[in-house]
Amino acid sequence: MADTDVNGSKKKKADRWSAGVIPYAEMGYWLPDYEPKDTDILAAFRVTPQPGVPPEEAGAAVAGESSTATWTVVWTDRLTNYDTYQAKCYKVEPVPNSDNQYIAYIAYHIDLFEEGSIANMTSSIIGNVFGFKALKALRLEDMRIPLHYVKTFQGPAHGIIMEREYLDKFGRPLLGATTKPKLGLSARNYGRVVYEALRGGLDFTKDDENINSQPFMRWRDRYLYTMEAVNRAAAATGEVKGHYLNVTAATMEDMYERAEFAKELGSVIIMIDLTIGYTAIQSMAKWARANGLILHLHRAGYATYARQKNHGVNFRVLAKWMRLAGVDHIHSGTVVGKLEGDPNAISGYYDTLRLGKLKANPVKGLFFDQDWGSMPGVMPVASGGIHAGQMHDLLHYLGEDVVLQFGGGTIGHPMGIAAGATANRVALEAMIKARNEGRDYRKEGDDILKAAAKKSRELDIALSTWGDITFNYESTDVPDVVETPTSV
Amino acid sequence: MRITQGTFSFLPDLTDEEITKQIQYALDNGWPCSVEFTDDPHPRNTYWEMWGLPMFDLTDAAGVLAEVNECRKAKPEHYIRLNAYNANYGKQTVALSFIVQRPSEEPGFRVERQEWHDRAIRYTLHPYAADKPHGQRYQQNGQQ
Repeated sequence: MADTDVNGSKKKKADRWSAGVIPYAEMGYWLPDYEPKDTDILAAFRVTPQPGVPPEEAGAAVAGESSTATWTVVWTDRLTNYDTYQAKCYKVEPVPNSDNQYIAYIAYHIDLFEEGSIANMTSSIIGNVFGFKALKALRLEDMRIPLHYVKTFQGPAHGIIMEREYLDKFGRPLLGATTKPKLGLSARNYGRVVYEALRGGLDFTKDDENINSQPFMRWRDRYLYTMEAVNRAAAATGEVKGHYLNVTAATMEDMYERAEFAKELGSVIIMIDLTIGYTAIQSMAKWARANGLILHLHRAGYATYARQKNHGVNFRVLAKWMRLAGVDHIHSGTVVGKLEGDPNAISGYYDTLRLGKLKANPVKGLFFDQDWGSMPGVMPVASGGIHAGQMHDLLHYLGEDVVLQFGGGTIGHPMGIAAGATANRVALEAMIKARNEGRDYRKEGDDILKAAAKKSRELDIALSTWGDITFNYESTDVPDVVETPTSV
Repeated sequence: MRITQGTFSFLPDLTDEEITKQIQYALDNGWPCSVEFTDDPHPRNTYWEMWGLPMFDLTDAAGVLAEVNECRKAKPEHYIRLNAYNANYGKQTVALSFIVQRPSEEPGFRVERQEWHDRAIRYTLHPYAADKPHGQRYQQNGQQ
């Protein structure tokens, strides 16, 4: 493969190997005529170069620093088949409506990565390069994981289909709630909240991300009372019920101990936080598949690097990594709730988690086609500031394979927790029924809910308490390409 | 108590007209329907008895409802559910499942607790109906 400079013209071989510092673009990391191979791992980076750095050089620098390069020429490169191992920046495009941002497309040879290791892949792709001085800011927007590499990962311990069959729940989103207050309840009081919410009609309740094993409630006590609550609720309803027991802890040994106890008590599900790290997540996914427990992931901490548009890692990339890593659930945004989330971007995340094959779609922020082969889908979880009065919008935006989590919207119900749960379940079933009947449920949503509320006092009270609560703030993280508005 | 398995258990029991609309939705999606019944509503009782084979070739909602009604006639005091199945690649699972008949009285479940080690408890869910042998549960006026 010929080395080319920024302008695409051939350089003399001798220059490439002269001792000293030469631009990355001239070392073979910028190859505008490169055709990515089906087996290449592709990445799209949003690059903001320092003043005076040409975009192609910035893209080449990212390719270099995330693969073989160091800051100066090393003769030991010549002991390798270096043009295989060098990542290639093959395209740089200016971002629409921005001054100094470019999308750099980079292709990596599959041999650069260890099979089935998120840690290894991320150490290259988001390793040193994010601190690189020649760039003001850098964001990993999307990745194409070739099916050849997908196949080296376990993937979701169970996946959406196995989870539904295991829970015997079909044809509607699942319902959950996080126990509140999130900190301070004793184990006995905590179990009360779980029992009330589950018997009232929820499928799941949940530990919050920061509930691990604190002085006010140690993990073992919480597990015991929670499982009493889960089993009582199952008896009261004849349904399978679950509580996400958070096994997050300081060490793998602690996590395995907690997970084993959850299994021993008959829990159908455990949970982990993103803060435990990629390798720990993969270990727990392996454990979850081997032991038959669904694995819920709370994305604690993700917004520290996923939210700002010019720097960090887009959540859609994290969603891909987590599907490979093997979780069954992941929090992925609500559109209508209190937390960050543009509808099109979130639709892209949900597609990434649930579909088997995706086409690139700039409106949804999807830069590449993605083929998951037969890897199961991950159930997205919508949580944070949602309530029964939004059911039509939730169903419209998020679809059927999703867990809708109403924390405050269950526990804050004036008639009590069980009533709050019932209100949510009635609203959900009424909306699904109306949709299946072919009604324009989004337009008629309020009427459908009001009609259902005539036969459910719980829903009636919920609607009068929260019916008009909305969170209309602009999102910070939106796709660059905006759909051309079509007049209705 | 009221068992809340199935997609629509929190709504008032569906009328035949409402059931027909759900069947039509399934058929419009290309999902064949099937009818199943049981007298053991344990949530882990996966395999309810099949009222015939899934109706792969039946594309008329009235025909499916007729099977529901045949099953109701033969099993007036059983739970009956209607399933729709999605056989598409990547799914190959139940797409919709809801109860279309319940016994006139639902006695519910007992939680049995076995005190185990270190305060741990082993739980068993026991349907009261299962105290009687299969075939003699939920009897009403001498009918099964």
